[in-house]
Amino acid sequence: METLFFLIVAAIAVICSLMVVTNKNPINSALSLIMTFFCLATLYVMLEAPFMAAIQVIVYAGAIMVLIVFVIMLLNIKSEAGRRTSHALFMGISVGLLLLVQTWYLLVKSSLSSVRGTVDSAMISKVGHTELIGKSLFTDFLLPFEITSILLLVAIVGAVVLSKKKL
Amino acid sequence: MVSLNFYLVLSAILFAIGTIGVLTRRNAIVIFMCVELMLNAVNLTFIAFSKYLGNLDGQIFVFFVMTVAAAEAAVGLALMIAYFKNRESIDVEDMNLMKW
Amino acid sequence: MDIFGDIPWYIYFAAMILKVLVAFVFVLLTVAYATYAERKLIGFMQVRIGPNRTGPIGLLQPIADGIKLFFKEEIIPAQASKFAFVLAPLVALVPAFISFAVIPFGDSIQIAGYKFPLQIAAYADKAGTVYDLNIGVLYILAMASLGVYGIVLAGWSSNSKYSLLGGLRASAQMISYELAAGLAIVCVFMVSQSLSLQAIVADQSGLFGWYIFRNPFLFVAGIIFFICSLAEINRTPFDLPEAETELVSGFCTEYSSMKYAMFFMAEYANMVTVCAVMTTLFLGGWHGPLPSVLNFIAKVYVLMFVCMWIRATYPRYRYDQLMKLGWKVFLPITLFLIMGNAIWMTLFK
Repeated sequence: METLFFLIVAAIAVICSLMVVTNKNPINSALSLIMTFFCLATLYVMLEAPFMAAIQVIVYAGAIMVLIVFVIMLLNIKSEAGRRTSHALFMGISVGLLLLVQTWYLLVKSSLSSVRGTVDSAMISKVGHTELIGKSLFTDFLLPFEITSILLLVAIVGAVVLSKKKL
Repeated sequence: MVSLNFYLVLSAILFAIGTIGVLTRRNAIVIFMCVELMLNAVNLTFIAFSKYLGNLDGQIFVFFVMTVAAAEAAVGLALMIAYFKNRESIDVEDMNLMKW
Repeated sequence: MDIFGDIPWYIYFAAMILKVLVAFVFVLLTVAYATYAERKLIGFMQVRIGPNRTGPIGLLQPIADGIKLFFKEEIIPAQASKFAFVLAPLVALVPAFISFAVIPFGDSIQIAGYKFPLQIAAYADKAGTVYDLNIGVLYILAMASLGVYGIVLAGWSSNSKYSLLGGLRASAQMISYELAAGLAIVCVFMVSQSLSLQAIVADQSGLFGWYIFRNPFLFVAGIIFFICSLAEINRTPFDLPEAETELVSGFCTEYSSMKYAMFFMAEYANMVTVCAVMTTLFLGGWHGPLPSVLNFIAKVYVLMFVCMWIRATYPRYRYDQLMKLGWKVFLPITLFLIMGNAIWMTLFK
């Protein structure tokens, strides 16, 4: 039952991501990408990470993609005129497939062997996923978290400088 | 329960599709979207591993990846708008000068 | 199975379907009669009579409007991007309705020894512990941020200058006001220490338990949240995406028939949702003197009246004023409120 549901969601994700790559019209690509993000959010819920699913929808579908759609509309980009030459197309696709084969090989040859942590479904439903994430974020990962804020500051400054009238 | 390998295979497929998109498309915004797709494929691996190892560290990494993606979106799109103002195009084939 | 929490599965499903049906029909009826109420109220406020021809005191007006729009000719512009054009009204309508899945609209009720929480996405096990979506508030934020796609898509796919401008304005407006609304909700998290809406409502019993009366910072946060929500759902005075006087009809210029009706319904459904969220987060949810569901409905209706009152009172903002209000007024104030709230909470524990 669960596997069937996974397969349906995964199939939709793969089809939509293929549409991102193949659609001529950037807005349609963006819509397919939003659909892919939704499928991924569904998978996160199946992996007992509801907080990450909500953040996925809020940040990706709600903020980043709105921004992208906004820019596409602002620049009024119509369908792509030129295409890559068939050589470039061939090389790109073969590199992609090579990557797929590589990861596949890695998967087949390796086995999951690491120290198992203490977080399981019972703990997540008892304490709450958000609480666990928050605790981890503000104790073990406090320094990276603070550095992230600097990264965001730099991004804000960069975006403001870049969008000035005269560069 | 769905086996871990299912998630890993899905994420590998999505990553490969993202790579193909980056290498074969010419529209800078579509390339950008394909990069987001690749980041998301990696996020899926992180969360799947985090669940099967009983450890939340992977999800914290996803959190950071999302922050980076947001920062990247802000700066990247600002760059594209600045470029479009100068060249009236965001085709990557036209980006062949270091200055103008 | 584990997810049904030792309730027999048929009772579980029957209760779920019943809850969904009741909530959905209630919202639909409210949406239909909100249009009538708005026309009547604004009529009275502007010393007019408002609709009074269809049925007694015009009560059948929404039905007549519905039938009229249903039988109108469907027009899809030849240059429109068809798929997105048809998809857009649906995308606008759905998020408005599915936000209701996590809003608790009443206290739990006991039927035949089983306890049923009056919230769609929730269930109780035999011991009476209520489980609901652990991230309810984030779910609402996520759905609110999706509502913009309907408008943006409509604006883009119509292939008309007015529509495109409406769509552009909508996306910029949503992004700006989402931030302030989200930061205002952070103040609620700090007090409730939970993201589950059941827990948030349970924490607000008694008149002075309502979060809006807890401390001065939360009071201001509540008001800012309400204003930002109005801006997010494009209600007057922030209805720039469809400003009739400048953009013809904004994003829905090219729409006709049922598709136009769906945008109309989406607008009012969004209004109901926003009022319900405001009630749940700041105004004590279903707590109050009446039976629990009636309290909730009464509060939502009062807030909807306030929305209509605002519409009759204020003129539309100019675009630059709108952006200035969002980024230079509300955002700094909400940031300050979070600080103030934290200080207040440590001082008066």
